[in-house]
Amino acid sequence: MEDMTHVDRAMSTQLDVKISAKGVQVHYGDTQALKDVNVEIDDKTVTAFIGPSGCGKSTFLRCINRMNDTIDIARVTGDIRIDGEDIYDPKVDPVQLRAKVGMVFQKPNPFPKSIYDNVAYGPKIHGMARNKADLDEIVEKSLRKAALWGEAKDRLNAPGTSLSGGQQQRLCIARAIATAPEVLLMDEPCSALDPIATAQVEELIDELRQSFSVVIVTHSMQQAARVSQKTAFFHLGNLVEYDDTDKIFTNPQDPRTESYISGRIG
Amino acid sequence: MKTSLLTRDTHTRKRNAAEARFKAYGLTAIVVAMLALLVLLSSVLSNGMSAFQQTFITLPVELVAERVDKKGNRDPAEMAKTTTIGYAPLLRAAIAAEVARQGLTTELADKALGELISKEAAATVRNRVLANPDLVGETVTFTLLASGRIDGFFKGRVTLETAALDGNTSPEALMIAQALADAGVIETRFNWKFFTAPDASVQRPEAAGLGVAILGSLYMMLVVLFLALPIGVASSIYLEEFAPQNRITDVIEVNISNLAAVPSIVYGILGLAIFINFMEFNQSSPLVGGLVLTLMTLPTIIISTRAALKSVPPSIRDAALGVGASKMQSVFHHVLPLAAPGILTGTIIGLAQALGETAPLLLIGMVAFVREYPAAYTPEAGLFGEASTALPVQVFNWTQRSDPAFVERASGAIITLLVFLLIMNAVAIYLRRRFERRW
Amino acid sequence: MNEHISSAYDRDLEGITTLIMKMGGLVEEAILKAAKSLADRDVELAEEVRAGDKAIDALEIQINEEAARTIALRAPVSKDLRSILTVLRLAASLERIGDYAKNIAKRTSVLVEMSPVSGADAALRRMAREVEQMLKDTLDSYLRGDAELAEDVRQRDQEVDQMYNALFREFLTFMMEDPRNITACMHLHFMAKNIERMGDLTTNMAEQVIYQVTGEIPDEARPKGDKTAYVTDPG
Repeated sequence: MEDMTHVDRAMSTQLDVKISAKGVQVHYGDTQALKDVNVEIDDKTVTAFIGPSGCGKSTFLRCINRMNDTIDIARVTGDIRIDGEDIYDPKVDPVQLRAKVGMVFQKPNPFPKSIYDNVAYGPKIHGMARNKADLDEIVEKSLRKAALWGEAKDRLNAPGTSLSGGQQQRLCIARAIATAPEVLLMDEPCSALDPIATAQVEELIDELRQSFSVVIVTHSMQQAARVSQKTAFFHLGNLVEYDDTDKIFTNPQDPRTESYISGRIG
Repeated sequence: MKTSLLTRDTHTRKRNAAEARFKAYGLTAIVVAMLALLVLLSSVLSNGMSAFQQTFITLPVELVAERVDKKGNRDPAEMAKTTTIGYAPLLRAAIAAEVARQGLTTELADKALGELISKEAAATVRNRVLANPDLVGETVTFTLLASGRIDGFFKGRVTLETAALDGNTSPEALMIAQALADAGVIETRFNWKFFTAPDASVQRPEAAGLGVAILGSLYMMLVVLFLALPIGVASSIYLEEFAPQNRITDVIEVNISNLAAVPSIVYGILGLAIFINFMEFNQSSPLVGGLVLTLMTLPTIIISTRAALKSVPPSIRDAALGVGASKMQSVFHHVLPLAAPGILTGTIIGLAQALGETAPLLLIGMVAFVREYPAAYTPEAGLFGEASTALPVQVFNWTQRSDPAFVERASGAIITLLVFLLIMNAVAIYLRRRFERRW
Repeated sequence: MNEHISSAYDRDLEGITTLIMKMGGLVEEAILKAAKSLADRDVELAEEVRAGDKAIDALEIQINEEAARTIALRAPVSKDLRSILTVLRLAASLERIGDYAKNIAKRTSVLVEMSPVSGADAALRRMAREVEQMLKDTLDSYLRGDAELAEDVRQRDQEVDQMYNALFREFLTFMMEDPRNITACMHLHFMAKNIERMGDLTTNMAEQVIYQVTGEIPDEARPKGDKTAYVTDPG
């Protein structure tokens, strides 16, 4: 894949659209946090959301797995579809949706249970394992995919909180992928980690993109540049520009994007 | 002008002095509090420790068949017709014989000697004979309670001077008792019966025990535990996690907080009106007592549960929701286990408070003099329906009685109550440490 | 373009721009001095040009170092990145132009021994002035971000090429007339070629400026007027 030139790569894999959003608006009480967002996010791709604080990128991320439902004063309007199905349809159960759309948060938050139980919890409540052997297999697969199996296999019963920060975040990733989601949402997953742990998680994200569609919100533009194939720039609740990552960082169209990525005022 | 760090300026010195003064005030307060505690404890202990010791007389008693079994057929039903008054002469004869055997001489008549023994003793002997009819005609050695005055003599309450003015005893009786003690017939030792015996009449402080009170308190604590804990925790979970954020919920929460400050006697009135008058439960039953205490403990449990639930970080809830747990699953699988130490602590503190409550129980009638152990369940009275009393109420009762022996017993009961409270608090601390999680 | 939030970043970029303008100034001066020394047959001036090349080389090294430092510390993207890359290429081109000027000066020292070829000095001087003007305009377009001016410079290279064609034929004629002129004409020819190369390099620089300003490399072929390599006119 790396040997092909840019042009070859663009022509060889025609990626499907996984998530499509049209006219999405979010209000928190009287304030409008998101104004009319239209975007199509591809499958098997890492898409980065960048933008200054308060621009609405985390809000939009949370719309995709309906986490905004837990906030009483939040109102979401517009059309968001995953694989063509409207996720805000009254027939959709948010709990079922969240098995399909996993989330990793900014501060690693493993359950205060053992490493095994952390990963096994999701599959258990969704009834994905018929017996203990199945569950063991799911746990092992998830930990392997999260590049944590080697460090964890001898202490599956140790509490999840006994791991280091980077390991905890990888545990949270393992937990999120244990329910076999199709989309993985990550809200600034590396902001609490040191550079080495960050690099390990980024490497992991690069591998994960072969199986999932990953959407990552990040404050670090270098991270967005390293990790993503497509980047969306949010500003004051608007989606200003959405394009291939290399284009955004070498030749953005909108002057607001240019200012933000160059670190300029205004 | 540059000032050296090695010299402190006036500002810093003044501040340090103020802080040192503040610390001194705090230390003084603590010392005063400890001293007060020390005074309280020593007063209670000095009065009450003697309640755990009791004076006993060990005597061989000849169970004369003609007296005990008049019909001669060893039938317990027939023998029961002989009351304790019939047994009293046997005891008098027994002690007179013992005095003679020990080689002691006295001017006291047999009747006076008989007063050395507690009136309760006759019942003890009678019960034993009725239970074992084949003992009739035998001479059996009994360990019998000494009378209240004798007990008081050995504990220092009664002296030869007071005995001279006393209608229930005399200095000669005391001296004979002393002689018997020297001979080993009378001894003062640890009295388990203090905990197990039921209450006794005013004339027999030596026989009075906490048995009924402890049982009554136990039943009530069970009722409180099995009612207040589930209801309190469930309401708290509902209010904290599921209730919508509107005026009605706010009003409910404010009222619950206020309920914790309501005087407990008000709950007693409530219990009287609803449980006894309206729902016609049995007066003085541990069930009603337990229900009233439940009402009183609920606010405490609800408030401490809410605090415990609030202290669970929202990141855990988010993580659970993110993995696809429903709100209910996230609360029961994750939030509740993490809040458990706080809930447990609050429950045990609530229980400990309930254990010591007296005022509401007085109103619902648990002041009565109850001699029979209340059964946990009877068909007529229902669950915990038989009349009973409670530990703090028993203390209240005993302090009302005239005999100074009851002062000793009331202090003993207070010590018992304090020990129970200490144990419950220790359990609370242990459980909290054991289940404490780190997140 | 509005400022960076980090003012130190802006100061760094300004520093590099100053260096490039200084280098450009030195190179322009070298071109003019070399042409003058030929016209006036001034050996001392030629010596100055040769010595002055050291300063130009030192500036190129300094610009490279500053650019590398800025890339490492600031991780520039988009316009800032193109700006830094442009500066590096401009410096390289300027250094080569400076070398060509030095070459001209070296040959001047040799030429003064011989008798002058009439008309050649003036023609060369005209060419040199044209190239120097192109260079000045290129540097201006860089400073002002003026892609149109840079495009104009691109077009003007044609004239320089034509001047070179004319001189080439003239020298051929001179050499055919009188074989004693061959040595001098050869030297003069090489000087003319150097100036023509300077023009090409300046056009390179102009294309760099267009890339920086628009983000796209100008891809219509620049007009090439140098037909001396072909026996028949390729049209």
